[in-house]
Amino acid sequence: MAEEIIRSNQSGEVTMRIWRGDEEGGEFTEYVMPAQEGEVVLDVIHRVQATAAPDLACRWNCKAGKCGSCSAEINGRPSLMCMTRMDTLPPGETVTVAPMRAFPVIRDLVTDVSYNYEVAKRVPPLSPRPKTADEEEAGGYRMAQIDVERSQEFRKCIECFLCQDVCHVVRDHEENKTAYAGPRFFIRSAELEMHPLDTNDRRQLLQEEQGLGKCNITKCCTEVCPEHIKITDNAIIPLKERVVDAKYDPVAWLGRKIRNRTKLTAAEAAAKAPANGPAAVLPPGGAHGIPQPHPAGSPVLATAPVSSPQAPPPPAPPAADTQA
Amino acid sequence: MTEHENHAYESHEFDVVIIGAGGAGLRAAVEAQAMGLRTAVVCKSLLGKAHTVMAEGGMAAAMGNVYSEDNWKVHFRDTMRGGKLLNNYRMAELHAKEAPDRVRELEAWGALFDRTKDGLILQRDFGGHRYARLAHVGDRTGLELIRTMQQKAVADGMEVFMELKVLRLLHDPDGTVSGLVGYWRPSGGFVVIKAKSVVLATGGVGKSWMYTSNSWESTGDGHAMALWAGADLIDMECVQFHPTGMVWPLSVRGILVTEGVRGDGGVLRNSEGTRFMFDYVPDMFRAETADSEDEADKWYDDHTAGRRPPELLPRDEVARSINSEVKGGRGSPHGGVFLDIATRRSAEDIRRRLPSMYHQFKELAGVDITAEAMEVGPTCHYIMGGVRVDADTTAATVPGLFAAGEVAGGMHGANRLGGNSLSDLLVFGRRAGIGAADFASARSGAVTLDEGQIQDAISAAVAPFEREGGENPYEIQQALQETMQSLVGIIRTGSELEEALVKIEELEERASNVSLTGGTKYNPGWNLTTDLPSMLTVSRCTAMGALNRKESRGGQTRDDFPKADPEMGKVNFVERIADPSSAAAGVGGTPSVRSITSQPEPVPVMPDDLKALLEEAL
Repeated sequence: MAEEIIRSNQSGEVTMRIWRGDEEGGEFTEYVMPAQEGEVVLDVIHRVQATAAPDLACRWNCKAGKCGSCSAEINGRPSLMCMTRMDTLPPGETVTVAPMRAFPVIRDLVTDVSYNYEVAKRVPPLSPRPKTADEEEAGGYRMAQIDVERSQEFRKCIECFLCQDVCHVVRDHEENKTAYAGPRFFIRSAELEMHPLDTNDRRQLLQEEQGLGKCNITKCCTEVCPEHIKITDNAIIPLKERVVDAKYDPVAWLGRKIRNRTKLTAAEAAAKAPANGPAAVLPPGGAHGIPQPHPAGSPVLATAPVSSPQAPPPPAPPAADTQA
Repeated sequence: MTEHENHAYESHEFDVVIIGAGGAGLRAAVEAQAMGLRTAVVCKSLLGKAHTVMAEGGMAAAMGNVYSEDNWKVHFRDTMRGGKLLNNYRMAELHAKEAPDRVRELEAWGALFDRTKDGLILQRDFGGHRYARLAHVGDRTGLELIRTMQQKAVADGMEVFMELKVLRLLHDPDGTVSGLVGYWRPSGGFVVIKAKSVVLATGGVGKSWMYTSNSWESTGDGHAMALWAGADLIDMECVQFHPTGMVWPLSVRGILVTEGVRGDGGVLRNSEGTRFMFDYVPDMFRAETADSEDEADKWYDDHTAGRRPPELLPRDEVARSINSEVKGGRGSPHGGVFLDIATRRSAEDIRRRLPSMYHQFKELAGVDITAEAMEVGPTCHYIMGGVRVDADTTAATVPGLFAAGEVAGGMHGANRLGGNSLSDLLVFGRRAGIGAADFASARSGAVTLDEGQIQDAISAAVAPFEREGGENPYEIQQALQETMQSLVGIIRTGSELEEALVKIEELEERASNVSLTGGTKYNPGWNLTTDLPSMLTVSRCTAMGALNRKESRGGQTRDDFPKADPEMGKVNFVERIADPSSAAAGVGGTPSVRSITSQPEPVPVMPDDLKALLEEAL
């Protein structure tokens, strides 16, 4: 009953222009590979590894758009290699694959994304309210589907960090990384801020430590999100509104009080965050903070205006507590 | 190793080290750290990328939120029957009893499951589960689980060694595990971690097959390292082929299509349009399976109005049936069958309940699943077999070593039910954390590291760089995948298994002669070379177990022994290496696959009260 191994017919050739190098520098190298029907960019990268360059470095895991490992810049656009079909790229043209530009290169297409893991440590975790007597009896919290759906949208995030890569606040300003959480962590904060059980108030933290005000809502992050999360509209803008509310709007503040939301102050929330706990041991090589050598001639995702690091938040829309 | 070689490495020391950062590893780490032990997690990829993230449909737990009739006894019964009674009954019992608490705990840590109308955690139907039992978030439940555990571990200040490949376990002179040796993938630098106890949570082995839902990481490292360290493996022949993987385009062949499609109403049809699963209902499940489309369709809305549809038989049954349809010439154009939800549910429902599937087919295959049927076929998905453990503590048969999740054997018997994996991770991840922490706390005397073991492992790992004109590791991997796919696949026969064993030995020879270029810094060719020893070891165990188990049961189907044999149902086949300290003649300084033995040993005997649950018409 030996199973037949199915082989695909070759359908022409494709030229890949892949950045090779490390933190010392590097260059694009061209590889001409056989092409097959229905392939994605990652398939061709794997073929380069198997036949021409066994040491070509790239990250990948699931190959189905679920783990967010194989992020790169394909023809200048931050994308997942596993979800970019070759037949969606201009036919007959060379395909350029470069590492994400906002992070230091480790080797070839692999970058040091430890910045993101450092930011993650500074997000205070969920602090759920106690269960009610009814919930104790039912054996679990009660939450309406409609109330969990807002946060569920943000929890679709696969941490590919393409939004961080494309965000001009850090893409073009390495120095901003120390005081800017980036779109991925704005949706993390939004998820917690809109979580029906959370009792932390994260607004002061967002404004003062995560640099929410630096975001200029150019929506580049939303454009590249492979999970189609409406990062700007559904997370960042509502967060900006809330931060403004916290500062200027006693009515919204009173509304929350009346509805009996027991929120901690930002200072308390920050104090509950893991305080300089044991740092995750990070792999050596390409340490965060070292100015990154950029692939020469790497196409840049252009068009969006460059955000000023000190840009003020946009004018506050009418104050409204959007909490369900 | 020559006298003058003395490779440098960095050293660390912890009480408990967990290898693997999927659901089981992170749950174990959180527990051990909460007990006050110095704990670290080591993983081959970045944190949050482990294979758990791929789980789609849900987490089985008898919470009774949708059907109040459900309870742990029914879940236990379903699990044992699904496993064709080869399971370690005690593991199935603990799993069924503890899963609901593990789900609720996850919610308190931030997981946001879909809700019932009453606001409780919604549960969905899956194959082999009598009641709707799977807590879920659309079809991305694994992502929710791993992200929640990742965020919990980060909040707890967990030490995580990311992108660190473990080569070998280290042990004291008396054989007690004392740590591990490995290397950082980004830098190539070697690392030794001393530990009082080690938890294996390394997941599965699927990458040794050609069509698999598993990622590059699933190379059976934990299975192999346990065996090399002298631990027993059981049931390695029991490999689950998930009935529904994508089949086209070829580049995505094997990618998982969640069982939730069938749980939510999807049906399987052949090229003639027939719902063929009605023709494949085995006697064991006949009494509880619908015998007409009308009856089956009523069941989705009300489980008392009809019996369950045959599309929701356990996975082994469905995978074999699909295989038969394709072999019988009634397959789809690309060698699968049709999975149809488009004609059964509204487009809006499909997009809401199965968003990842919608997205996956749309973007990778150009198929709109709200309008067209999917083409699907079996894909290598999960290994039921693994490290033989004590059910309560997850202790392996080597002191100081623990195992949880897919790398552990026994819980699922000969076939795992969908949804039982995510709950397994949390139930036994937690128990592994406790078991390893208790062992570490009670361990007395110095934990010693043997410099010879360390240098041997490192020397073997760098040897391919000193060779010229040798083998290409990618070609060996591909040859192994073709061998396992064609000779140790879903349907097996004695002669082909013998042929596979010969080929695996040949591949071991070739893998001992790999030569590499480039350096050790983020070099995937080298990384693969160091994965080959585990892949070859576990493939050998699977082929040996499959040859010895002369019957068909769950994830083991023998064309030459098509029926279950009651006598065979009383034994597990146990793979071990008689003397793990003997000559390191295999690939990369590991024991040779030739030194592995496979022997039948009795399955643990169930007490009468549990046995009675299996007989009851619950």
